[in-house]
Amino acid sequence: MRLLFLGAALAALLSGPASAQSPDKILNASYDISRELFARINEAYVAKNPGKSIDQSHAGSSKQARAILEGLEADVVTFNQVTDIDALVKGGAVSDDWQSEFANNASPYYSLPAFLVREGNPKGIKNWDDLVRDDVKVVFPNPKTSGNARYTYLAATAFAKEKFGDDEEQVKAFVKKLFDNVPVFDTGGRAATTTFVERNIGDVLITFETETRGIAKEFGDDKFDIVVPEMSVLAEFPVAIVDRVVDKRGSRDFAKSYLDFLYSPEGQTIIAENGNRVHDEATAAKFKDQFPQVRLVTVEDVFGGWAKVQEEHFASGALLDEIYGSR
Amino acid sequence: MKRRVLPGLPLTLGITLLYVGLIVVLPLGALIYKAGTLGFADYWRIVSSERAVASYRVTAGSAAVATVFNLVFGLALAWVLVRYRFPGKRLVDAIVDLPFALPTAVAGIALTTLFAANGWFGAPLAAIGISVAYTPLGIMVAMAFTSLPFIVRTVQPVLEDLDPALEEAAQSLGGSDWTIFRKVILPLLAPALMAGVSLSFARSLGEFGAIIFIAGNQPMQTEITALLTFIRLEEYDYQAAAAVASVLLLTAFVMLAVTNLLQARALRYTQRS
Repeated sequence: MRLLFLGAALAALLSGPASAQSPDKILNASYDISRELFARINEAYVAKNPGKSIDQSHAGSSKQARAILEGLEADVVTFNQVTDIDALVKGGAVSDDWQSEFANNASPYYSLPAFLVREGNPKGIKNWDDLVRDDVKVVFPNPKTSGNARYTYLAATAFAKEKFGDDEEQVKAFVKKLFDNVPVFDTGGRAATTTFVERNIGDVLITFETETRGIAKEFGDDKFDIVVPEMSVLAEFPVAIVDRVVDKRGSRDFAKSYLDFLYSPEGQTIIAENGNRVHDEATAAKFKDQFPQVRLVTVEDVFGGWAKVQEEHFASGALLDEIYGSR
Repeated sequence: MKRRVLPGLPLTLGITLLYVGLIVVLPLGALIYKAGTLGFADYWRIVSSERAVASYRVTAGSAAVATVFNLVFGLALAWVLVRYRFPGKRLVDAIVDLPFALPTAVAGIALTTLFAANGWFGAPLAAIGISVAYTPLGIMVAMAFTSLPFIVRTVQPVLEDLDPALEEAAQSLGGSDWTIFRKVILPLLAPALMAGVSLSFARSLGEFGAIIFIAGNQPMQTEITALLTFIRLEEYDYQAAAAVASVLLLTAFVMLAVTNLLQARALRYTQRS
């Protein structure tokens, strides 16, 4: 009898409190290195919308997507991987027309994999083919666990495809040589930064341009130089409303106004100040001098879209495993 | 009838079983179930892939070295803490538990900072040609750090209960120090040592947070099985992740079962003599 009572109490405990209506707080699930950016965005948003508040959660964006599929109640996602939002679509948490809900394929800003080298660029690293030299050690995180590094892999592959035409063997050899030059594979972008900056490992760090600018600012321009290669791959930072969560919590309007804020001139300015490139023309013009010219290719043009990339390159046993698992 | 100290057997038993069922068996059951949704051929292909096998070798090999290190060092530490009095003894005693309390990621980052080629330990070691961070050695260091308390804490209470009269008797019968240690002390400590060793080894097999910072995470060389599981999850490949994890689980389970058996035998042996 007492056992039964206990069981009932436990069941009540597990079912949790009933959800509130039209909340004044939402959760933004984001990627690993966007902490500083959203700290400022949220502050600015709250200043304009008193009484509202935004909670932040940061981790690798695939991990965030899994958490949401498994029940994390994030109202909005701000990711660095289209594929991770596609995973949410597949799991029924986000509607499949999410890319048309906001401008620029629902990507309020963009960046690219760029290089950070030691002061004075002693190894003379200028472009992707410098990274496969025998005397160069390269640091970037594990592409299996970091979206950041997935862009690095794609950019290097895109470069090799241009250089060698469609000679697949040579492309593979090029990327394999690049991976052979990596002494440490950290699991996330920030950890790779630590390895390069604090542990003094490697001649070049490949990470998003915004992160290279953040490091140079944080640790001083006299320690590191930023090198933007002649070409790179367009890295989109897609955002979406998590329909399953906002419908349940009644927070859709709040979520939408928050994501719209990212597209506003004020939001775009903060984003640009943080080292990301923006689409808003007036804002982009203002920050023109800070962002060197670079030729950006897209995943759609070079690889035929994210679904194809996922299947041919990143899935278990696909090309990346072949290159990187076979060492 | 003998009165029980704790109230009501049905209640306590009920709570215990419920707890074990919900907190321990259910998640592990779910893991096995997930792995079980693969056909046998797929399961075998995943768990016997070259990269997975390399990760077992790295994980189990490093765990074994770390455990042997802790066996020697932990026994010595427990011995000193029980048998000697010295200033700061209580502090040392408390410090032994730190690896339990410290978040493993913090431990990993701290160890990496120390052992990196520009760190306090790493720099002199690098000068004599030993690199620890980003090599298998680093994995062993992290494992040894996080699992040290197991051996100390299992051996310590037994050592405290050990009657010094036994040693004195052996001494008066002309036993050398080594003989006394081997024939008198070690058999009495054996069950506790075994328990400590198996816990320490099992913990090392599963350690993740501390290791990923100090290991180079190179596939085939410094990639531990827990990281491979994590990588499979990142690919949204839940089944493969569960399959790889099930190998770890099975290893730990078999090992704990075997130690339990050995321990029971050792206990019978000491009680008989």
